[in-house]
Amino acid sequence: MLIYERSRAGRQARAQYVSAKGLDGQIAEDLGEHLRQSEVGLPEVSELETVRHYTNLSAKNFAIDRQFYPLGSCTMKYNPRGAHQVASLPGFLNRHPLAPDANSQGYMACLFELQNYLKEVTGMQAVSLTPMAGAQGEFAGVAMIRAYHAKRGDVQRTEILVPEAAHGTNPATAVMCGFTVREIPVTNDGDVDLEALKAAVGPATAGLMMTNPSTCGVFERQVQAIAETVHDAGGLLYYDGANLNAILGQVRPGDMGFDVLHMNLHKTFATPHGGGGPGSGPVGVGPRLVPFLPTPMVGSSGGESPTYRWLDHKDCPDSIGRLSCFMGNAGILLRAYAYARLLGGEGLHRVGEYATLNANYMAKSLEQAGFTLAYPTRRATHEFIVSLSKEAKNQGVTAMDFAKRLLDYGFHAPTTYFPLLVPECLLIEPTETESKAEIDGFVSAMAQILEEARVEPERVTTAPHTLPISRLDDVKAARDLDLAFSEVAEG
Amino acid sequence: MPFIPHTPLDQQQMLEVIGAPDIEALFDEIPKGLRAEKLNQIPAGISEMALGQMMNRRARQDEVDLCFLGAGAYNHHIPAAIWDLVARGEFMTAYTPYQAEASQGTLQLIYEFQTMISRLTAMEVANASVYDGATALAEAMLMAVRANKRNRSKRILVAGNIHPQYLETCRTIVKPQGLTLDVLDYDPRTGRVDLDSDRVQDAAALAVSYPNFFGGLDPVDQLTDIASAAGALVIGVVNPTALALLKPPGHWGENGADIVVGEGQPLGIPMASGGPFLGLMCCKKQIVRQMPGRIIGRTVDQRNRPGYTLTLQAREQHIRRGKATSNICTNQGLLVTAATLYLSLMGNEGLRQVALQSHAGLKNLVGQATAIPGVQARFEGPVFHEQVLELPVLAEVVVRKMAERGIVPGFDLGVVDAGLDHCLLVNVTETKTGEDIDAFISCLNAVIQSEMSPC
Repeated sequence: MLIYERSRAGRQARAQYVSAKGLDGQIAEDLGEHLRQSEVGLPEVSELETVRHYTNLSAKNFAIDRQFYPLGSCTMKYNPRGAHQVASLPGFLNRHPLAPDANSQGYMACLFELQNYLKEVTGMQAVSLTPMAGAQGEFAGVAMIRAYHAKRGDVQRTEILVPEAAHGTNPATAVMCGFTVREIPVTNDGDVDLEALKAAVGPATAGLMMTNPSTCGVFERQVQAIAETVHDAGGLLYYDGANLNAILGQVRPGDMGFDVLHMNLHKTFATPHGGGGPGSGPVGVGPRLVPFLPTPMVGSSGGESPTYRWLDHKDCPDSIGRLSCFMGNAGILLRAYAYARLLGGEGLHRVGEYATLNANYMAKSLEQAGFTLAYPTRRATHEFIVSLSKEAKNQGVTAMDFAKRLLDYGFHAPTTYFPLLVPECLLIEPTETESKAEIDGFVSAMAQILEEARVEPERVTTAPHTLPISRLDDVKAARDLDLAFSEVAEG
Repeated sequence: MPFIPHTPLDQQQMLEVIGAPDIEALFDEIPKGLRAEKLNQIPAGISEMALGQMMNRRARQDEVDLCFLGAGAYNHHIPAAIWDLVARGEFMTAYTPYQAEASQGTLQLIYEFQTMISRLTAMEVANASVYDGATALAEAMLMAVRANKRNRSKRILVAGNIHPQYLETCRTIVKPQGLTLDVLDYDPRTGRVDLDSDRVQDAAALAVSYPNFFGGLDPVDQLTDIASAAGALVIGVVNPTALALLKPPGHWGENGADIVVGEGQPLGIPMASGGPFLGLMCCKKQIVRQMPGRIIGRTVDQRNRPGYTLTLQAREQHIRRGKATSNICTNQGLLVTAATLYLSLMGNEGLRQVALQSHAGLKNLVGQATAIPGVQARFEGPVFHEQVLELPVLAEVVVRKMAERGIVPGFDLGVVDAGLDHCLLVNVTETKTGEDIDAFISCLNAVIQSEMSPC
């Protein structure tokens, strides 16, 4: 039932009414032709009805707090409540984004320190925290590459190279920044095809965007040769930080030769995913791109008791500019800062270790249970790929069927059908915050589903059976567009 | 290891299954020379208690008694129920609802949100949010260029009284795709824009803010009709609270606005230093396939029960890659949850009272302020909950001196326009009592007196 279907005309639950008596006549006079004549069209429900409706809706969600959520490339780790609590202190929540610097020193101290931590983690020279999600961080990064070439008058560089396993955001971002995209093939063991790359680079190459570990769940072993190839051709190297969790404290993108990167704080730094955001996608750069970083950033006077101030376009005349009205997803930055303080340098180092331990253990356990790994000769990183081609062919049970059946077993499904180059694939990322027992439970559910696929495949192909709804008619959703509720059924 | 659950026995058993002597061996594919040193520049971890103590000190440092800043972020009351519910793990720790069967809570909520926002704006379709108001405007400009079939122009005519930081954001985002922003000067007497039809010929779109950055109300009916007649799409930038009282963009002029964007922060979202906020985005149904961002549709399951799902995904980056309408994927889901709860708790009359009380408070403040010698309203004409005061002294000085006394009086417009360096943009919401406004007035009076008197 929709909240609108609980609404009754004339209901007035008054707890949220502020005294505004006797203003109606005046407002018509003040606003004249601007006055709204039509209904606002909100539901009329009591506070209890609202609270109950949305509490009950929340129970229809899978979430990290309820289920193991091994969604590949999304790093669904525990989101510490302590980080949420300190970011929700009144002094932080009530701070207006344009408050004078004198009333902002506490907040700016946190951001300044976070900038420094992220430099250390990535091996980059400078960091700007303002991008509001990974995709915006990518935009900032590629826009900086564009600005760098433009500043040098090197304007024939119109092409961005992207390995075919890349996230969809990479080519979409390159196009948003005015570049054309050329895809580079990947070899059978998951590395970039270096010969193909060498043939592709040239005077039109603005840069290469890549993830390492790649979306194939393996570390790109030839990263230094790739960097050399792109740099020799005059291009720059962009690091998509979606998979940073795997290498936290183990190896740094700056040391691998990358010129620019973004991080997903809602993955690696444990800020909540919120059912689809808010994210946060800070960018880091090597020496060549420092002047182009997006504003605002936080600067410090240095010394024993530093004072902080905003750096804007006056301080950074070559900046690509502002990416949001204020300071990006400011409150998410506070949560990431709190997470870094709770873990410390040593704790962050262990994140990479245990994320990798969990993924390798899970991959090996699934292999022993009869599943096919996409890259069986490779080490898993923080994630790995299982291909269900064999099961699809023999039992007619697809990766999507496995994903849906896992929901019945109380596990969120892994990422399905990504990367596109592995058929019938599940991309699985356990993260470091899951226990061995939880992983064992998942592996045993997968083994049971495999058995079901042999003896009773319909049980799997018609799953889920235990959730509020079964599989939805997506074709109807796109064909008979129903994007807003209407009390009168449309003929 | 604050959040890693492994016991030494777990670890040993796991390594045995893998067949590796230790965790270090799992990194043997990384070239040796690349392995990092310890993260020495990051301090040692601290307990949750110690973190709380440190952050409490920092948060208290930033508290002020009274704040009359608006300029794009507004201090409205947030009903207690909102963040109690939003912070439930079921909402806060879920991912994007790709697995519809396991995400009906979030999906139905977004469908309800789309309904509320499309009704509030009187538009046919709303999406599931973009990042903030400023990026929503940038996305609307890119969308307008794709959607306008009457010309192939990449020129966007922008009212010069739009929030200057929205304009800066748009420049950053749309410039690489070859769009040009043609800024329309505002009338120095009214702060509003006029439009002649020649100027809008061959423009892809006209973007107009309602209220504008100065709190004033532009003649949106005329602007919409002139732009539409010339073949340009109309992009409205709105404040959702204001729409409880103001003509919704779907009803502007003969045909209404084509694309509507706005900042959803006033709807139950704390100011929180500027984010996370909520970019609202709506459009006419005929151009919905050009809209970026996630959209939820209602459909049925295999047993014909209603259900909700991501739809029109062929627009999005994970399907279309380089041909997508935008690179956006993660948006502001949790803030959508807050705004939906807010609109549900307020209802029509609740939202209307917030808007009325804010308007009345501003009127009270401006009435008293303009009784101070040398203080006057900078622009004439109707306003909503925000207005520009012209002062006999520099606004920068007034902001600094009043802030020292615990009252942040507004935004110094000299920061964005040297010609307005005596001008203060003041906002009042329903949270300001009569006593708060009296305190503002007596403090302003005292600061002006002391600055004006010869020493």
